[in-house]
Amino acid sequence: MTEIAATAAHSMSAAESAAARRLRKRYAAEWRFRAYGVAALIIAALFIVALLSDVVVKSVSAFTQTRVTLDVPVSAETIDPEGKRDPQTLLTADYTALLRDALREKFPTVTSRNDRRALNGLLSSGASEDLQKRVVADPALIGTTVKTTALLSDDADLFVKGRVTAIETEQGTGSATVSGMDGDVTIVSTNKDFADALASVKRSLASQASALLAEADRVADNARSTTGDEKTALDAKIAELRAQVAVLNARFAAAGAPESVDAEEPTTLVKINGGVVRATEISATEIKGTTMVPLTSADAAAAGTWKIETLAVPEASRRVSDQEAVFLSVLSDQGLIAKNFNWSFFSRGDSREPELAGVLGGLVGSLLTMFVTLVLSLPIGVLAAIYLEEFAPKNRWTEFVEVNINNLAAVPSIVFGLLGLAVFLNFFGMPRSAPIVGGLVIALMALPTIIIASRAAIRAVPPSIREAALGVGASHQQAVFHHVLPLAMPGIMTGTIIAMAHSLGETAPLIMIGMVAFVVDIPSGFTQAASVLPVQIFSWADLPEIAFQAKTAAAILVLLVFLFLMNAVAIVLRRRFERRW
Amino acid sequence: MSAQTATKVETATAVPRILGERAPKVTARNVDIYYGEKHAIKSLSVDIPDRAVSAFIGPSGCGKSTFLRSINRMNDTIPSCRVTGDIKVDNKDIYARDLDVVHLRARVGMVFQKPNPFPKSIYENVAYGPRIHGTASGKADMDDIVERSLRRASLWDEVKDRLNSPGTGLSGGQQQRLCIARAIAVNPEVILMDEPCSALDPIATARIEELIDELKQNYCIVIVTHSMQQAARVSQLTAFFHLGILVEVGDTDDIFTKPKDKRTQDYITGRFG
Repeated sequence: MTEIAATAAHSMSAAESAAARRLRKRYAAEWRFRAYGVAALIIAALFIVALLSDVVVKSVSAFTQTRVTLDVPVSAETIDPEGKRDPQTLLTADYTALLRDALREKFPTVTSRNDRRALNGLLSSGASEDLQKRVVADPALIGTTVKTTALLSDDADLFVKGRVTAIETEQGTGSATVSGMDGDVTIVSTNKDFADALASVKRSLASQASALLAEADRVADNARSTTGDEKTALDAKIAELRAQVAVLNARFAAAGAPESVDAEEPTTLVKINGGVVRATEISATEIKGTTMVPLTSADAAAAGTWKIETLAVPEASRRVSDQEAVFLSVLSDQGLIAKNFNWSFFSRGDSREPELAGVLGGLVGSLLTMFVTLVLSLPIGVLAAIYLEEFAPKNRWTEFVEVNINNLAAVPSIVFGLLGLAVFLNFFGMPRSAPIVGGLVIALMALPTIIIASRAAIRAVPPSIREAALGVGASHQQAVFHHVLPLAMPGIMTGTIIAMAHSLGETAPLIMIGMVAFVVDIPSGFTQAASVLPVQIFSWADLPEIAFQAKTAAAILVLLVFLFLMNAVAIVLRRRFERRW
Repeated sequence: MSAQTATKVETATAVPRILGERAPKVTARNVDIYYGEKHAIKSLSVDIPDRAVSAFIGPSGCGKSTFLRSINRMNDTIPSCRVTGDIKVDNKDIYARDLDVVHLRARVGMVFQKPNPFPKSIYENVAYGPRIHGTASGKADMDDIVERSLRRASLWDEVKDRLNSPGTGLSGGQQQRLCIARAIAVNPEVILMDEPCSALDPIATARIEELIDELKQNYCIVIVTHSMQQAARVSQLTAFFHLGILVEVGDTDDIFTKPKDKRTQDYITGRFG
């Protein structure tokens, strides 16, 4: 009997422990499921943050522009030689020449053609716009000196923003003596002030050596599969490269030994006694170099009154020459260069000059296109959905239509672009690159999405509402338009927002109908040539100028903000609808 | 005259007394209703008296709601549904080709099983019917109709201070009375009620029943119910449906005290259903 009781107790406890195990398993499963969810969310959030921060960081420099402040004597001879103050003459006058003259005033010693060209190249081709506007608005300015700011070119702009090269500035700690005021000079410091500059040159030698070594290895790889003369030539080349590497390494190894500097090594500038000297030979305490801007005196400079600037990127690898860098540096030291918010990015159309390019053209093009899309696809889509859902007889024909609407939603957008090209442009002869055609094509793409979403929303309205309306003697149409449609509206709006958001980012079909054209003017109508934001981004991303990288990121940011705004408006509208009902 | 024709129907032989007192408002003769292949109502004939409450009882799926919904042609919304035979309201065939179904539904109002007020204000709920039918001439008239309808549905005192708040914010019983008010507002002659109390608690049910009792002074009311007590309490005529057949129809007192058919007896005594 005790045995029986024991077995019973035993089996009881076994059952209990099995139940406890099952319970633990269930809890573990639930915990795991939740952990997966949280992990998925975290990963998604990280990706979004990474994407957004990348775009934001890249775009920052596009939102500022650099301008140089100049006192420009507006000479009547250049602007209005006939003295008639004819607005047309004033509008077409050569203001750029005025700006160039004013800029040259800042560097009276610059005489060589190349240096002048470098100086002129600092200014953007659109730099004179402000001055032009002011003089046209107020011809009394002619003959006076006008203080104006001129836009810098994209390369100069990037240099000022520090995107071309990092610049290290060091104060001279010893007192420096100079051998002359112009031409080749030698600067000797009582301290080892040039040791850092020398070290950076040595580092550059090391990296040149490793690049050459890699090149030698590559050539050696190629040489292995060749024979005869070709092989001999390659072997000779390898030997030469290896010899160069050995020389460079030896120079690198000899720390403290003087080095000569050329365009392959970082540039070292010494600003002393009001002039600028570029180093051609460096040792720890002494620099030999050429003057870029003549010195004003040959006296010894006390500690702290002179400085050394090292441009980390060698001249050969950057688009801003040492001469241009010196000009900018001097202007900047005089406090004439200022960065301000780039409003013109939002008020200009496209341009081949990065510093002049803006998004307004694309933005307006997108707005016009979206407007056409919305006006067409929303009513047609919703009415089609109502008909199919509420009134259409359920037969094979409507089933066929339904299946094909779903199929249409999956058709690649480029196909719609080809359709638009063939039908709207070639058959109907509508204007190329026009928002009306873009809107038509995108409306075709948005329709299936809107129809499907609207049908789902209409189907989700409880039948009791329909019955209630019919029960008090409303006709079917009244029941649908008075009761079903308003209740389905939030769902319809959601579908429409999704469709519009997709449409806003649509690029491929618009390229097909010519909206990829380079359009400088801001479109003012539905039939004018226009581009849209995503296409603008696409074409900017393709351009070689480095400044367009930032512009591209900035345009992406504008597109995203546009999208968020659109969604926000839609959500507000939807809330209002929901509240009223 | 309907008394004579009714004798042709084998399932309902005797003429109920209530039909002697009140003229029949709705008459159905040899009605068959099909859902696709399914034969939901088989050869049904019945007379429904005016200004009285008629109750349809029977187990689930017996076709009583189907028949009720065919009286104002709500079955038209179901594509597979087909109705044959004659259903007449005031001696006019409601399935006649030239009859306007919207007009019919204005005359034959309906209250549904689940309260289904429009998601609009209380005022708008009641005013919707008169508005689409154009029965009100101006704002004052509409206010009057709304007040009258709400009073008749004995809801006025509870909602008169919040006519602009949403109808869906009321309690279940109030919502159902709002639906009754909405049905009354278009001034119907017949009110069909499809289990109007099945979603309500006993107190709300009692109020609706009271209301039905009052409304029968002016309207022909047909109610489908699963509660035999409710049928016994509110109706004067009771019809028992079983498997698509109208088994028995008669004065409520007679049906509940001396049913002629065994199936009726089994049902009301709770042996099946």
